[in-house]
Amino acid sequence: MADVSNLNTDAIFERNVPGIRGILSEKSVAVAGCGGLGSNAAIALVRAGVGKLIIVDFDTVEISNLNRQYYFIYDIGKRKVDALSAHLKNINPNVEIEAHHLKLTADRVDEVFKEAHLLIEAFDRAESKAWLIETWCIHFPDRPCVCGSGISGYGSTETLRVQRAGKLIICGDQETDMSMGLISARVAIAANMQANVAIELLVSGKI
Amino acid sequence: MILVNNRDRVSWQMGMTVTDLLKKMRYSYSLITVSVNGEVIPHEDFESHMVPDEADVTIFHLAHGG
Repeated sequence: MADVSNLNTDAIFERNVPGIRGILSEKSVAVAGCGGLGSNAAIALVRAGVGKLIIVDFDTVEISNLNRQYYFIYDIGKRKVDALSAHLKNINPNVEIEAHHLKLTADRVDEVFKEAHLLIEAFDRAESKAWLIETWCIHFPDRPCVCGSGISGYGSTETLRVQRAGKLIICGDQETDMSMGLISARVAIAANMQANVAIELLVSGKI
Repeated sequence: MILVNNRDRVSWQMGMTVTDLLKKMRYSYSLITVSVNGEVIPHEDFESHMVPDEADVTIFHLAHGG
């Protein structure tokens, strides 16, 4: 491995869209859930130059996660937040990661995410998505909530879309259920749609 | 008149709540998030939250998978 101690890490972003790195480096993004959506969205956000991520997940990496989540064979058994933190730091050593290994509950949303400018909702269960959206919007009505819904199966790329209402934005087809199976290509498209919407909002100057 | 999902027009009635609107639209799917004029309405308020005339309503479907 190359000696990275003298690397100019600003150069990571020299091919970025001009003018956005300075804005993103001041922003903090919450990522609730570090599975298929959360891990892939987090990677995209750090590659874009977001300065801080607050990541939350209670789970550990299992071999069945490797078909779509941003983990590797050597991560198996590790806490997802720890494995993901390491990968994010391997992209940008200067990114600030606040990792919470816990099962998020509605009563802790305010405390855990108080510094976040925006939320990436990346939970598994639709019921959990519902309470997280509602709780976030109650505590932080002026901060965007970017969710994923309908990311299962393969193909049907044209059905993946972004729907907005106020500060709530949903990425996905809003139909396909995980019971039909999850595959990396489609999950990662939705995760990157979430990240892309987040970047757009963060650089808009409105948050 | 209420506009739902930028597509469906539903006639408004005095005192109409979110629950009334969902019934009128024959929504039986429970895993949804509802926004009225850009404000997310918690599920527990569906029966009491009044939908004003000319409201812009968005009903999002929430599907399992993350």
